[in-house]
Amino acid sequence: MAQSLDRLKESPSQTAGPYVHIGLTPNFCGIGGVYKNDLGSVMVNEQAKGERIELRIRVLDGTGTPLKDALVEIWQADASGLYNSPTELRGAADPNFQGWGRQPTDMETGVCVFKTIKPGRVPFRDGRLMAPHITLWIVARGINVGLHTRLYFSDEEKANAEDPILARVEHRVRVPTLIAGRQGDTYVFDVHLQGEKETVFFDS
Amino acid sequence: MAEPGSNRTPETGAFFQRDRQWHPPAFTPNYKSSVLRSPQKALLSFDNTLSELTGPVFGHAMLGELDNDLIHNFAKPGESAIGERIIVHGRVLDERGKGVPGVLLEFWQANAGGRYRHKKDGYLAPLDPNFGGCGRTITGEDGSYAFRTVRPGPYPWPNGPNDWRPAHIHFSVFGHGFAQRLITQMYFEGDPLIWRCPIVGGIRDKAAVEALIAALDMQSTIPMDALAYKFDIVLRGRRSTLFENRPEGN
Repeated sequence: MAQSLDRLKESPSQTAGPYVHIGLTPNFCGIGGVYKNDLGSVMVNEQAKGERIELRIRVLDGTGTPLKDALVEIWQADASGLYNSPTELRGAADPNFQGWGRQPTDMETGVCVFKTIKPGRVPFRDGRLMAPHITLWIVARGINVGLHTRLYFSDEEKANAEDPILARVEHRVRVPTLIAGRQGDTYVFDVHLQGEKETVFFDS
Repeated sequence: MAEPGSNRTPETGAFFQRDRQWHPPAFTPNYKSSVLRSPQKALLSFDNTLSELTGPVFGHAMLGELDNDLIHNFAKPGESAIGERIIVHGRVLDERGKGVPGVLLEFWQANAGGRYRHKKDGYLAPLDPNFGGCGRTITGEDGSYAFRTVRPGPYPWPNGPNDWRPAHIHFSVFGHGFAQRLITQMYFEGDPLIWRCPIVGGIRDKAAVEALIAALDMQSTIPMDALAYKFDIVLRGRRSTLFENRPEGN
């Protein structure tokens, strides 16, 4: 026997279940008066710097049916590529932009909408720039461990082509699963939980 | 940037790899909802970049006075929720055993009869007009937290013909990096339904299930008022950056 490493194990994940709204977006599901607003529902104020964009995201199951009980969170850099986080050591991010948002998928259409700004480029570990991207975290009934992926932008072809994470996707036919298409100021992004078009999910 | 005036140098090391054998797998067919909602292809693994190492911060200023009191935060003035009054408390630690301060914890649950205040819950147990079912708090310097609620009831759910959820409280947890993001459930010591639950049963290791069972803590009760349960939550730890190679200029 060697010495004990004395480490703990991460708490195992459990599904957020069908009633995740009660805890994370209570006003959305009719529980008013406990919190003033649902946390993360508004990401941008008038002072925030950067190009205003809208994300329209759906999460689809293995039959192609949109989930109407999912919850999506996003985390992103500001317009200059800085994160509003204590662990961001490269400089001060835009104080008017927290960079984090949370939206439930609509109970009828399955669409969730984020109004945000287009993020700047953030360096990879070796200093190369990653393409502009937004981190997604998805939970719902039937999802045992929250799913982590990224949304990249279709109009950033050159940056996408040199992105070190996209470069790691072995089966190149799957790269488009990570790229949102632009329609005006809106980016449309479908997350496929399984099937032929299954989104590339991350373990990082 | 670190908060002005803070003496704490933020840690920036990558997080320990998540042990996917310890977590439930995506596909757990006895929990039917997972069948069509589970990715089947291999996950793309990579060491954390800044996008995973960083995360949002939530300050104590956002909290309302009753946010950590589910007995009163939805109740009419002078009234309170019905049920077994309990205090849930514990610490948020990382895998190195360090307390994690400033963690936003959000929790939600059914009422004492096992009914959720949600239009999709049609269980015949009644709603409690004084119980909403949500609360939140932020951990202190040593990672500690506490809130007051009523013990949720178990309830039947449409999975197998006669499946029941053990009494549980859902927890959403924000660490310091987005890679630590976690949602889990707390169960209650001694509940025989834990070991019959298809959702719990997705976890393969008995020790991992036990890590989600809160212990009755008689030393933290309030006599003639509330029982207490202790529930510690563990987030991914960070690697030390002492000997890491860094490119010039970083």
